Amino acid sequence: MSLNYDQAIQKYEPTLGLEVHVELNTKSKMFCGCATEFGAEPNTQTCPVCLGLPGALPVVNQTAIESSILIGLALNCSIAPFSRFARKNYFYPDMPKNFQTSQYDEPICVNGYLDVEIETDEGNKVFRIDIERVHMEEDTGKSLHVGGSTGRIHGAEYSLLDYNRAGIPLVEIVTKIVPNTGKYAPQVARAYVAALRDILRGLKVSDVKMEQGSLRCDVNLSLAPSGSGELGTRSETKNVNSLRSVETAVSGEILRQANRLQSGEKIVQETRHFLEESGQTRPGRSKEQAEDYRYFPEPDLVPVVPDNKWIEELRKSLPEKPADRRKRLQSEWSVPEKEMTAMVNAELLDTVEETVKLGADPTKARSWWLGEISRIANERDVVATELISVTAVAQIINLINQGELTDKLARQVVDGVIAGEGTPAEVISKRGLKVVSDDGALMKAIEDAIAAQPDTAERVRSGNIPAAGALIGAVMKATGGQADAAKVRELLLKHLGQ
Amino acid sequence: MSAISREEVANLARLARIEMSDAELDHLSGEMQVILGAVARVQEVASADVPPTSHPIPVNNVVREDVVIPSLSPTDALSGAPASSEQRFKVPQILGEAE
Amino acid sequence: MSIRSSATEMAEALARKEISAVELANQHYAQIEAVDKDVHAFLHLDKAGALAQAESIDKKRTAGEKLSPLAGVPLALKDVLVQKGVPTTCGSKMLEGWRPPYDATVVTKLKDAGIVILGKTNMDEFAMGSSTENSAYGPTHNPWDLTRIPGGSGGGSAAALAAFEAPLAIGTDTGGSIRQPAAVTATVGVKPTYGGVSRYGLVAFSSSLDQAGPCARTVLDTAMLHQSIAGFDPKDSTSINHAVPDVVAAAKKKDVKGLKIGIVKQLSGAGYQKGVENKFNEAVAELVKLGAEIVEVSCPNFEYALAAYYLIAPSECSSNLARFDSMRFGIRIGDDGSKGAEEVMNLTRQVGFGREVKRRIILGTYALSSGYYDAYYGSAQKVRTLIKRDFDAAFEQCDVLVSPTAPTTAFKIGEKSEDPLAMYLNDIATIPVNLAGLGGMSLPCGLAEEDNLPVGFQIMSPAMKDDRMYLVGGALEAALLSKWGKPILDFAPSLVGSK
Repeated sequence: MSLNYDQAIQKYEPTLGLEVHVELNTKSKMFCGCATEFGAEPNTQTCPVCLGLPGALPVVNQTAIESSILIGLALNCSIAPFSRFARKNYFYPDMPKNFQTSQYDEPICVNGYLDVEIETDEGNKVFRIDIERVHMEEDTGKSLHVGGSTGRIHGAEYSLLDYNRAGIPLVEIVTKIVPNTGKYAPQVARAYVAALRDILRGLKVSDVKMEQGSLRCDVNLSLAPSGSGELGTRSETKNVNSLRSVETAVSGEILRQANRLQSGEKIVQETRHFLEESGQTRPGRSKEQAEDYRYFPEPDLVPVVPDNKWIEELRKSLPEKPADRRKRLQSEWSVPEKEMTAMVNAELLDTVEETVKLGADPTKARSWWLGEISRIANERDVVATELISVTAVAQIINLINQGELTDKLARQVVDGVIAGEGTPAEVISKRGLKVVSDDGALMKAIEDAIAAQPDTAERVRSGNIPAAGALIGAVMKATGGQADAAKVRELLLKHLGQ
Repeated sequence: MSAISREEVANLARLARIEMSDAELDHLSGEMQVILGAVARVQEVASADVPPTSHPIPVNNVVREDVVIPSLSPTDALSGAPASSEQRFKVPQILGEAE
Repeated sequence: MSIRSSATEMAEALARKEISAVELANQHYAQIEAVDKDVHAFLHLDKAGALAQAESIDKKRTAGEKLSPLAGVPLALKDVLVQKGVPTTCGSKMLEGWRPPYDATVVTKLKDAGIVILGKTNMDEFAMGSSTENSAYGPTHNPWDLTRIPGGSGGGSAAALAAFEAPLAIGTDTGGSIRQPAAVTATVGVKPTYGGVSRYGLVAFSSSLDQAGPCARTVLDTAMLHQSIAGFDPKDSTSINHAVPDVVAAAKKKDVKGLKIGIVKQLSGAGYQKGVENKFNEAVAELVKLGAEIVEVSCPNFEYALAAYYLIAPSECSSNLARFDSMRFGIRIGDDGSKGAEEVMNLTRQVGFGREVKRRIILGTYALSSGYYDAYYGSAQKVRTLIKRDFDAAFEQCDVLVSPTAPTTAFKIGEKSEDPLAMYLNDIATIPVNLAGLGGMSLPCGLAEEDNLPVGFQIMSPAMKDDRMYLVGGALEAALLSKWGKPILDFAPSLVGSK
């Protein structure tokens, strides 16, 4: 008897844990001056230090320390007065020294929190995720597996290693265990990673592109019988490369573990691999014995003792928190909660704000971006801002407000810009999309319409206002849709004594 | 006196990625026992109130500015490689996955 | 001037253009040709590089350019320092044929000073040992008695000096690897304060203990070399960012009147050869004659120094040597297409590393293991604190501390190689200085009466006060020279082929 999600979540209580690795956007690597450019030719950004050549020594990147502290401050952490690097010893060919210079029992930031809001059956609920630690470490090289049947690691004939990525600064953010999320565990996990991403983006310390690997998420999950107050055995799922995958990985693991427990089997403490295509997880390499990392303080590096004055300067330099910014914009724009959430979920808040900054009014900016433009973007499976720039949208909205364009005409201008016909002004010119607003021209068209439909005109004269629709339609047709329908109606009714 | 079994030494050899014959393991386990017996005396004076020293000369906060300096050329980087291909280090197949 | 002259004398001869750097280099190569088949101090000779450097110095001197004081003087470089394009083996099979793509900072400084690097010297594999018997390329032989060890791990550098194959050498010292070879070959060697000389390019054995240092036949030569290689290096985070004390002036001063010299009670007695202790005491008497005051100090935690060292050093080395996995450099064994990376790593490390290295890697892996860390590595780091405190207390009472450098004179090749613990005991007097990160010097103080073999006198100075070693060393050397009538190396049985 296989449990479904609802059944699983009834019987078992999930406990979450999330580990997020952030690749910092420093110009040089963590311990050496090699460039960190993405996509460079293999092994063109390496040196004795990041190659782990005999005799090489690390020197810490000051900006990396600064970024780590900023991250900690933004997550409400305490900054450790004394922090040290440690060696995490294990062998793997993508790790040149066969140890990772990381931090162990003396991380740079500890004990923070992040509040995330999700939609529940009982309305919006805030979950506080406690942050255990934020620490600094270095990234590994990249391996390419060649030969073998699938080209994936099992069955590969040999591997090719590129160490350009080795030594790029990473910051690891580890949550404390997150209990009491119940059936919302997947949403909470997703919301956490999304919120974290927003903060990191706001701090400008990383590109935070999950698809590119500058933000990586490992999901830990355990189940215990509901109400038992126990903690189950956890699994760790890696290779979770998108927000959606975070959600899927959590719900998938809940389901998998629940069904195992249900059939009387134990949960194995293991690392699992998330598979994008199927949304399932599969076991990673089985470790007969857990690896002993033999951590010890890194003798080649000295302690980091950040001074309070510097920490306070950094604290002052923190940008507005995303949640605070949202509240402020909501109030400034007088936008209802639901619409605010819609913008955030569509990841268009920044875009709308930028459009507003260029002079557009918030309501129109929102309605264009989330309406017509998003519709086209979804149809084509692209990001809205790839279709049209905020400048163009702001210009179009401005023209509407000036009466130069009707909404209908504006839609054509948007289409034209998206189609690559040029700027709004160019599209208007090429397509001849000017509003016919000259009263004289309009009156001519109105008189023509009345002359063509005398009975309809008579009905309007005698008080049948809706009948005017047919006349307005005729005028619109005559002007090629370029009349302002509202103006036509106004003039027509006036002309017919209404 | 710390007894250290051949299995323990075998596990250490595995952690250290050194292939060892049974004879070698046996010999080493004997040597380990003797050496550990001699060095264990550090515990006699290592009381809780004594802080450990990781760095002989106490200095903090040695950092460098985030500036790019020229890397090795790929030729130099790969110069010691036992095998290379397509400007990458060529290594035997890696079984299992990275951390 | 001959190859038996001091580096200072050679430098003066070069400055007076009595000899060219090229000629001087060739004279030394001739000596190497004559004696090194017996001594085996060198693993590699870089004639092309050395002569090119020598030529360039000669040109500059002819053109009247200002040159560093040691420009044109030849030097032997311990094979643990990377030299670009030159084979660097660290005495190990693991790095056979490896030519580093970069220079160690020390090497850059030597080149900038115009010093002519003749070649790379033999050593215990990865600097682990006290006899140079752990070299994968065969031992070096003590020029005083070719059947005996030259000390280790830097036996090659010390032997090269004693055999007049070079007037200057660079060594490295983690537990005594500069000082103990100096002691058993009657040469001078200094381990600077930790951080005094850059470790960038020094293949790491035990990172918190390693230091490169100057070696020569006289205290002044050593001081001049020290001046050339010491100083802050931004590429080494543990490098001291302060001015180098004026060691050359101190070496020349030779005035120890009123200086307080502490004799460490624990560095004597059981395990110390009688002849060694006698020569040590005679040297102390010389210092008293010169006006120094003797203070007896007790450093009770020194009893635990050896134990702490043989936990810390193996632990750090087990991590430092992990990079030797055949993937990016070094030898690769077993890559026949049928084995995975891990297996190839295992086989390579089995073949590439010698017994002592493997022993220490296993010991270190154990000491850092979960469950054992606190009892072993953790405790050893605490002992380090206690030893530091002992030194601090001792230096309240005196300006320098002294002891015999090594408990015995040079033993026979093969005598202790099967007994690791017996071998480790050679470092008993030198280790405390490394643990505390202080300065240590060894200079010759005579020949032991039992065997007529050299005895070394160790001087220890507080952190960043290396000049004190040179002050006392310079004074003692002058007094002893006066007492003996000729340099101690003139007492050595002549080597076949040497002048």
